[in-house]
Amino acid sequence: MATASLEARDLSKSYGPFLALSNLNLKLEGSKCVGFLGPNGAGKTTTLKVFAGLIRPSKGHAVINGIDVQKDKRGALASCGTLVETPEIYPALTPRSALMMIAELRGVPKEERTKRIDECLAEVKMEEWSDKRVGKFSKGMKQRINVASAILNDPDIVILDEPTTGLDPRGMSEVRDIVKSLKKKGRLVFMSSHLLSEVTEICDEVAMIDHGKLLVYDTIANVSSKFSDGGRTVEVGLARPVDKEAVTRSISSLKGVTSVEVLDPLNLRIRLEGGVDVKEKLFNDIASLKVGAISFKDASLALEDAYLALIKETV
Amino acid sequence: MTTKEGTVDPKVPSSLSQVGIVVKYEFENYFGSRRFYILLGITLLIGALLTVLVAHYRPQSFLGSGSLGFYSSWWGRVVTFVVILSGIFFGGDAISAEFQNRTGYFLIPNPLRRAAIYVGKWIAAFGASAIVFVVFLAITLANGYYYFPSGVPSQFLESVGFSLLYLVAVLGFCFFFSSLFKSTAYSILVTAILLLFAFDFLQLLVSDLVMVEPWFILTYGSSIIGNVMEQNATTGQASYPAHVITEKLGPRGLITLTTYNATIPEGLAIMVGYFVITAIIGLILFERKDFT
Repeated sequence: MATASLEARDLSKSYGPFLALSNLNLKLEGSKCVGFLGPNGAGKTTTLKVFAGLIRPSKGHAVINGIDVQKDKRGALASCGTLVETPEIYPALTPRSALMMIAELRGVPKEERTKRIDECLAEVKMEEWSDKRVGKFSKGMKQRINVASAILNDPDIVILDEPTTGLDPRGMSEVRDIVKSLKKKGRLVFMSSHLLSEVTEICDEVAMIDHGKLLVYDTIANVSSKFSDGGRTVEVGLARPVDKEAVTRSISSLKGVTSVEVLDPLNLRIRLEGGVDVKEKLFNDIASLKVGAISFKDASLALEDAYLALIKETV
Repeated sequence: MTTKEGTVDPKVPSSLSQVGIVVKYEFENYFGSRRFYILLGITLLIGALLTVLVAHYRPQSFLGSGSLGFYSSWWGRVVTFVVILSGIFFGGDAISAEFQNRTGYFLIPNPLRRAAIYVGKWIAAFGASAIVFVVFLAITLANGYYYFPSGVPSQFLESVGFSLLYLVAVLGFCFFFSSLFKSTAYSILVTAILLLFAFDFLQLLVSDLVMVEPWFILTYGSSIIGNVMEQNATTGQASYPAHVITEKLGPRGLITLTTYNATIPEGLAIMVGYFVITAIIGLILFERKDFT
């Protein structure tokens, strides 16, 4: 099997005077999960829609496995599963018949269709609902079917646009597991999300865009180290309420601490200067103060810091 | 699994096969939804009402001038309404619903051409409409055989053929408006207003007042469905109405009204023309429209 690839070449899309994408160049290749981040209106969904053949670019090319989506959509999407926004399924169809339609359209061999549909329905925990009409389903249930549809023919590439939208916490966790299993199978996953913890957990690399322009594309580790402040805000949890002023005074006097904020009687937020060594010393110093500290954690993800550093404003 | 540009993974079915798949699941969607049964119910109701009214009142217009007069009154006056309703029910939002109801997001991002979806949906809409059409035809024939068991006039068979062509044209027209709008309400409303009222009004205005032949109006072309079964009032023989009829009305005949009747070749050309033009433009619109 050749290396799976997704490439945006000088991709632009305008809606009247509004430029949603501006000469986007991005090439993803191999077996990995790439998170696609950006504020609302940054152009994430527009990019994914161009790859899915839902919209036409004003300029440039969306290329899947070397095939231009605009020139040969059938060839480009032959081995690419997509879930863009929250699709609706024909209400009179059952999940089984809707997936059978997709299986037939995508050319899943006849003898494998039923087995494959059963596997996908089991993967999204919808076996019990397989023969009920979709029209009565909740948004989350439909989204599970959409996820099943995206992976139905075991594609090389999977494009997911906020796949956990509308799902309950268990559903979100299950979708994350599906994406992880796709990675294990050697697939290329390109996934947009606003949930930075989700991206940190699942993805290997991250691409950030804003105002239709690519800001950065690199591994999460590199982006975090380049653009975040290394998690220099920590939160301390206390076992019992403390004297606000006394604790603030004593912690403020510790080395490296620049400010202390009492979030509530049992939680403090501390900003500090310095690296891991300063953090380690602070941890020990707070413990020695005997103020009842029972937890000590970074107040933000390194990826979140990087995101906030790169993206200054949201639409 | 990766393929070279311009070629398709051999596993993906041909576009023709994909049209068949779209038709199959559109039918499943129709038969699982209320829409199909509502139209079938309306058609059965129309048929039942006509059956009861004709059996009870025995109107001269239906039974007084032989089998041709019967079919002319029964079929010629009602089938265009059944055809228009079928077009609105099955074609009015066939494409716009893909945008408004977001079902396009499920179907479009697959390795198939939009043309395959458009053609597949059109064929399914025609098939569903044809079932309703056949039901009304069966009711007509059953009543016709009851009152006039001697046979079915050839003009009626011609009229059935013209009606089927009208159905093709109406569906093409409805699909065009369905591709033009992303709102199902707009596409259904515009087609309903045009086909049920506006075209007739426009035809009246153009022919009677402006005295121009309304060759550009679909319902003008469809008038051949009823005209082919017209009879000579005295002989009772089939007699196609004159192409242009002028009437003097008012005191001393000051007002002249001109009525145009499409000839059969003209009517056929209008219906075929409407289908070809609206189907092509509708397909181009659907191909180019963004899912935003």
